[in-house]
Amino acid sequence: MHTRKHILVIGGGVAGMESAIHLCDMGYEVTLIEKQDQLGGHVLKWDFLFPDHRPAYEITNELCPAVEEKATIKLQTEVKNIVRQNGHFEVALSDGEKLTADALLVATGFDLFDAHKKEEYGYGIYDNVITAAELEERFQNKIPIRTAAGKKPARVGFVHCVGSRDEKVGNEYCSKVCCVTAVKQAMRVRESLPGCEVFCFYMDLRMFGRYFEDLYREAQEKWGVQFIRGRLSEAAEDIDQRIIVKLEDTLAGRPLRMAVDLLVLLTGFVPSEGTRRMATMLNLPLGNDRFIKPSDEHLRRNLTPVPGVFVTGASAGPRSISESISDARAAALEIAAWFNNSSQHAI
Amino acid sequence: MINWQFTLHPDHTINLDTNDRTLARLLEEKEPTSRICMACGSCGGTCTAAQFEPVSFRHILLMVRRGETESVRSELTKCMYCGKCTLVCPRGVNTRHILALLRTMLIN
Ligand code: SF4
Ligand code: SF4
Ligand code: SF4
Repeated sequence: MHTRKHILVIGGGVAGMESAIHLCDMGYEVTLIEKQDQLGGHVLKWDFLFPDHRPAYEITNELCPAVEEKATIKLQTEVKNIVRQNGHFEVALSDGEKLTADALLVATGFDLFDAHKKEEYGYGIYDNVITAAELEERFQNKIPIRTAAGKKPARVGFVHCVGSRDEKVGNEYCSKVCCVTAVKQAMRVRESLPGCEVFCFYMDLRMFGRYFEDLYREAQEKWGVQFIRGRLSEAAEDIDQRIIVKLEDTLAGRPLRMAVDLLVLLTGFVPSEGTRRMATMLNLPLGNDRFIKPSDEHLRRNLTPVPGVFVTGASAGPRSISESISDARAAALEIAAWFNNSSQHAI
Repeated sequence: MINWQFTLHPDHTINLDTNDRTLARLLEEKEPTSRICMACGSCGGTCTAAQFEPVSFRHILLMVRRGETESVRSELTKCMYCGKCTLVCPRGVNTRHILALLRTMLIN
């Protein structure tokens, strides 16, 4: 290699960081850009991770310094424009800088579904309806779980599939990690508020990962979390600011209603604004879920049909942190293989 | 008596605010495996009595846990305590013990 190949990684979440570290280790020159003012992405906002309850900062504590040491990092930076020229990408960044890259890795990830759009659940209307991300922030900041009026809740409900598996909001897909997140958080609520009853309202419990089923069982056995099968049809507030939920208990085959003091919405994944922008800018094909579609869902999960453009992490669909990390390593290998193959033919 | 030309229907909704779930709590104390049913239905599928009568352990336990105790009284009397449901349960719910406890608490 007479000149080192230069790869631009777009997005500094776990996927982008992990790919960048491995690409640097393979001898490539890497620039990583992140639109926020720090690296880490969504994981920065999580307190602890399923299935083993390890603190989330352990992930960023390992990845951030490693990538900072090896790659060129540009924070608060976005891509403005990309032009293909002689097999390179001429990239204009939001800070005015222009750089040339031999390959692009899209790691722009997901946003959480905006719970306001599911109006019938009352988010933004009733103070005691919050999202799982907001609950996690309370865990992280050691804020005790209280109702809007500052009282200890006697009952907390978790609503699965908010903004997922729902044609009404245009998202037909499953977001994959919210079932286990609900179970994880339900256990934590029971742990921190022993007298509080906790209910999960679910359609299917998708405990797909290793040890997830153990969590489900532990939630029932040790923590007495109660699972009610049925999708919430609506939530309304009563005079005491409690949230009245209605659904069908589909195992009983009868309608069910109850009041909870706090209702937690498990909002799903949607392609992030950055992912949508990159897909448009680079003309990348999308799946019917609007996430980026790789060239081959089995064999080439990081390759896109656009030569030199690769994808990793949740910009190619909902996935967990550990899946994103494995995927990011795979992306680094895919890029190396592509360079090796193209140098045999071209130039 | 005046004929009002209409009748009152009892509410068909399961109301977890008004339902009395004391029995479910008692059951959890006496047989903690009553918490871990995952509603797979193996018990009802194998039940000897279910071939002839409407009885499902899954349903009985669910209704007790929802505080709808009255609705399972007759279902409970159909059980013959053969214990097949305990043999098949993939979660290790002590179904037969629960059935016996419920019978004592609700019928005897
Ligand atoms: S993981 Fe569970 S809560 Fe999330 S969308 Fe899928 S089924 Fe719904
Ligand atoms: S013990 Fe009762 S419920 Fe269980 S299989 Fe036998 S008859 Fe059915
Ligand atoms: S077999 Fe066991 S887990 Fe399955 S429904 Fe019956 S009691 Fe529940």
